[in-house]
Amino acid sequence: MHILHGALIKMPRMIKRVLRSLLSRPATVRYPFVKPEPARGTRGGISFNMDRCDLCQDCERVCPSSSIKIYQDSGRIEYQPFRCIYCHICVRTCMQRAITPSEMVRGPAYEKSVDVYEVHR
Amino acid sequence: MNETEQPVEVNTVIPFGPQHPVLPEPIQLRFTIHQDKVVGVVPNIGYIHRGIEKACELNDYKKNVSLCERVCGICNFMHAMAYCEAVEELTDTEVPDRAKYLRVVWSELSRLQSHLLWLGLFADSIGFESLFMHIWRDREIVLSLNEKTSGHRIHLSTCAIGGVNKDMDKGLISEYKSGMELLERRIRELAPVFYKDRSVKDRTVGKGVLPKKRAMLLGAVGPTARGSGIPQDMRRLGYEAYSNLDFEPVVHDEGDVHARLLVRLEEVFQSIRLIKECLEKMPEGPVMNKNRRFPNGATVVRIEQPRGELFYNVMGNGTKRLRRCRIRTPTLANIPALVDILVGYDVSDIAPIVMSVDPCISCTER
Ligand code: SF4
Ligand code: SF4
Repeated sequence: MHILHGALIKMPRMIKRVLRSLLSRPATVRYPFVKPEPARGTRGGISFNMDRCDLCQDCERVCPSSSIKIYQDSGRIEYQPFRCIYCHICVRTCMQRAITPSEMVRGPAYEKSVDVYEVHR
Repeated sequence: MNETEQPVEVNTVIPFGPQHPVLPEPIQLRFTIHQDKVVGVVPNIGYIHRGIEKACELNDYKKNVSLCERVCGICNFMHAMAYCEAVEELTDTEVPDRAKYLRVVWSELSRLQSHLLWLGLFADSIGFESLFMHIWRDREIVLSLNEKTSGHRIHLSTCAIGGVNKDMDKGLISEYKSGMELLERRIRELAPVFYKDRSVKDRTVGKGVLPKKRAMLLGAVGPTARGSGIPQDMRRLGYEAYSNLDFEPVVHDEGDVHARLLVRLEEVFQSIRLIKECLEKMPEGPVMNKNRRFPNGATVVRIEQPRGELFYNVMGNGTKRLRRCRIRTPTLANIPALVDILVGYDVSDIAPIVMSVDPCISCTER
């Protein structure tokens, strides 16, 4: 009796929530079949535009995970996407706007690859 | 058995963790059980020590912001903020007013995220799966605001030495306002379940009682202390913009699991109110000041995390590397209380009692 009484009192509130849950879209997406839309400004991987870069090493200095190595002599940049924590501090630091942020993070892989960029002289 | 022989009193030792469905993170508690009652507990930590304090000494002090942020996944913004506050004090850097308000907004957002996560996990620990799912669905509102703010759902990475590195435009502020309205409505719908529902009350009322005197003696902090009637809240020290905001710590006197549950639930509403108040009061202006010195000297910063008082002791020596960065997190302070409140209760109550102090182990071990 006690339980029945409780249920009757709670019913209107619960019905509202149940109906809303029933009629609204699911909160999750069916991932492998549906790709979730990244929000505007999602921090993902980065790529270097070597036409703009002047090898000033600012990005190397600020990168908290030491994912960027700049070789000024050979005009080469090595970027390790598997060390990168996608903080985009380098993007904000680069005065030449040579680092292009993307919304995609690097997918899983068997080997830790390194992206190499070279200045065309 | 011979009639003259007495039954032998046997205690059983049961290891709980480091891997256990209730525990989000690895800690081991060795229970001594006598006839289904817990008579002794020995905690054993050290499963995920990462050496962050030492790494802070080897790193550039500016890079440490990202490192300190990774001490804890849940309250990442507050760790970065505490570290930045310490360095700002050592380098005499003034933080602009707008940045102070933004820091409060994002800390309260972390608190919301953490408390909603906990409320869900707690519901799960008492076997209330549907409540768990309802709460975690509503937590998505907070996570999507995080994502719109900074581009990541968990790690905001917006705190920097001298202020914050992101500003909020009008569109984002109105999204925050509508998000907070929606979240408040949703959680208000669920709140009566925590207050009145029998399946919640049966598992929580009168369980894991920590009297006020005992809580003081054991040095409990945060919602664990506030659930025992101690009005201790570091936000009342008035760091960042908290001195301009109007709030009182949420306190319940009962000291049991239910009291700690209600403290966290009411703090959800408090955080929502604080975020709205900040968005109203936030002044226009710059969000970042440059610091031009290396940290020198020593300082202590205490801030209120979702789990209690966070303590940073940062020492600089005038170079770009720090001499020491000592971090004490709230869960470490709450472990003596956790060990104390488990004794005398049934084995079936272990899960909700352990969850009730909200243990965050990766914080604890740094
Ligand atoms: S900061 Fe920019 S310009 Fe300088 S090295 Fe890095 S990418 Fe090149
Ligand atoms: S996004 Fe952050 S971690 Fe990645 S390369 Fe840039 S600065 Fe380094």
